[in-house]
Amino acid sequence: MGAERRRGGGLSMRVCIVGCGAVGGLFAAHLATLEDVEVWAYDVVAEHVAAINAAGLRLTGRAEILATVNARTDPAEIPPCQFGIVATKAMFTERAIAECAGVFVDGAVCSVQNGVGNEELIAEHVSRVIRGTTFPAGHVVAPGVVAMDTGGDTWIGPFEDRPASADEIERLAQALTRGGMPTVALADARGAQWTKLIFNAASNPLGALTGLTHGRLCELPATRELIRGLVREGVAVAESLGITLDSDPDELIDHAAEVAYDHRSSMLQDALAHRRTEIDVLNGGIVAFGAQTGTPTPLNEAIVALIAGMEHGWDSQPPGEGR
Amino acid sequence: MAISRICVIGAGTIGSLYAGHLASVCEVSVLTRRSEHAAMLREHGLAISGKHERHVELFATAEPAELPRFDVGIIACKALDLELTASRLAGQAAGAAMMTVQNGLGAETVLARHGAWPIISAVTFMSGIRHSDVHVEYELDTETWMGPWAGTATPYELVAELAALMISAGLQAEAMADLLPAQWSKLIFNSAINTVAALTGLPHVGLFAQEREFGDLGLLVHGLIDEGVAVAAAAGVSLHEDPWEMNVLAVARGETAHSDYAHRPSMLEDVVAQRPTEVEFITGALVREAARVGVEVPLSTAMYRLVRAREASWAPSVAGAVV
Repeated sequence: MGAERRRGGGLSMRVCIVGCGAVGGLFAAHLATLEDVEVWAYDVVAEHVAAINAAGLRLTGRAEILATVNARTDPAEIPPCQFGIVATKAMFTERAIAECAGVFVDGAVCSVQNGVGNEELIAEHVSRVIRGTTFPAGHVVAPGVVAMDTGGDTWIGPFEDRPASADEIERLAQALTRGGMPTVALADARGAQWTKLIFNAASNPLGALTGLTHGRLCELPATRELIRGLVREGVAVAESLGITLDSDPDELIDHAAEVAYDHRSSMLQDALAHRRTEIDVLNGGIVAFGAQTGTPTPLNEAIVALIAGMEHGWDSQPPGEGR
Repeated sequence: MAISRICVIGAGTIGSLYAGHLASVCEVSVLTRRSEHAAMLREHGLAISGKHERHVELFATAEPAELPRFDVGIIACKALDLELTASRLAGQAAGAAMMTVQNGLGAETVLARHGAWPIISAVTFMSGIRHSDVHVEYELDTETWMGPWAGTATPYELVAELAALMISAGLQAEAMADLLPAQWSKLIFNSAINTVAALTGLPHVGLFAQEREFGDLGLLVHGLIDEGVAVAAAAGVSLHEDPWEMNVLAVARGETAHSDYAHRPSMLEDVVAQRPTEVEFITGALVREAARVGVEVPLSTAMYRLVRAREASWAPSVAGAVV
């Protein structure tokens, strides 16, 4: 079926973005450009929510959009939605979806978060879940304002244990693509998710531990070799789960070194700001799934311990910026 | 041979602790790197606080040729400064014995290239906090272990006499016929504790011995120590103490159990101050020794690479040397 059949005026879907920060803001603003889509957003930052309701959600950078989004800090004020897009940081998934479960009583909920394990948490609260992986990134500039830093594709597919229907997944992909976020509906989205997971897990924490940009990490033989070791473990776990990767994570790493030499990984930015990292769903996810299939992941375990230790140290120091 | 004159070469924290104690039982001279430091010591003497309260007068100079005759030289500079320090001593102090207390492996070999002094190998667990050029706080009043270096015909009796002199000065010391087992125990302990502290930013706290659940730092520390123990075994060295027990004991002590009072390993101090670390002499030495005896040490290699990369983040010139 195509989008053509579904076009033709009137409201075709209501979507709620759960966690309307940088990535959530990109999805919210793009979807809100469609006349047949009504966009709601749940976020815990009252200042951000008030700014969105007062003056709209403004996107700057790679896309200039001023979007009408109905933002709320109280999910009880949000009407039932056919689709949810969860874009919180992974450590807030459980709390956020528990709060919002009532919004999706008859909806399908898609995670576009980092790492693995988010869909499992979402599935504890809603009946139909979509596995998603997205590359576009941005950052919150000010309340109500999000900068889009990078573009790229999004891949979505059924979450195997509690799947959304192929029709629903196709409809969401069509809407996102029409809204300006190219999205591919897949029968199996695990390959895309694990490719990005392995890429992130092999590079992000090394940035945080060494203070080096992505380009420098790839330039130094020592860290490039360590990245290769981390990738190798991740690929072995993916293989043990029967997942076929989209592309070779090592090649993605080298490609990123060319196009994003000066990029400081999000985990390095988290470390500098003393914000809790997503290590548990990145390297921690690889270790957890590796344990399920009996695949050894000693290097990823070491990285988890180091980042967890680093976070432990922040507890006894003055809190950093951020939330 | 009666030891009555000692020269402390390098008056950092450890050197000052030796000088400040030994000056109460024998004649002590000090060779500093900076002439201002020597002038301050000549003018104000040297004060020790903390575990012991001392204030001693002593001769100090930055010129090796100005040193009075001495029986034993204690070389207490950092491993990184040893080559330069040893070259300044070349042609001096004929008839004296020299003791090395540098971290890691190989200090004796470096020193022996610059003179024919009988060499005493030593490792020390003392630690202190340097408050000024003339005031050092004695933090951990732990032992110095020493033994004749196999590369020179150093009589054991001389080592025993030096140990006795240190004990009479209030220090903890033990003479051993063969120091290798102790040197390796400390190397393995140091390699694990220093690299983990440097990368996480944590002082040596209880978490280093905690291995209750996945991600606990103690699991990584234990893994690193197990690798070191395997290398020692393959190299034919039977350890003096179990490095894991050393770790458990160290964090159980009052000085380190609470993070406010926890010992800050020197590699952590170096990283915080963005100085070159001793990782090359400690973990680097262990990794090279592992390669020599054919033992795989993936975790130690990862830690070595991460610390070198961390150094590269503030000293781009180091990059070229990274393996």
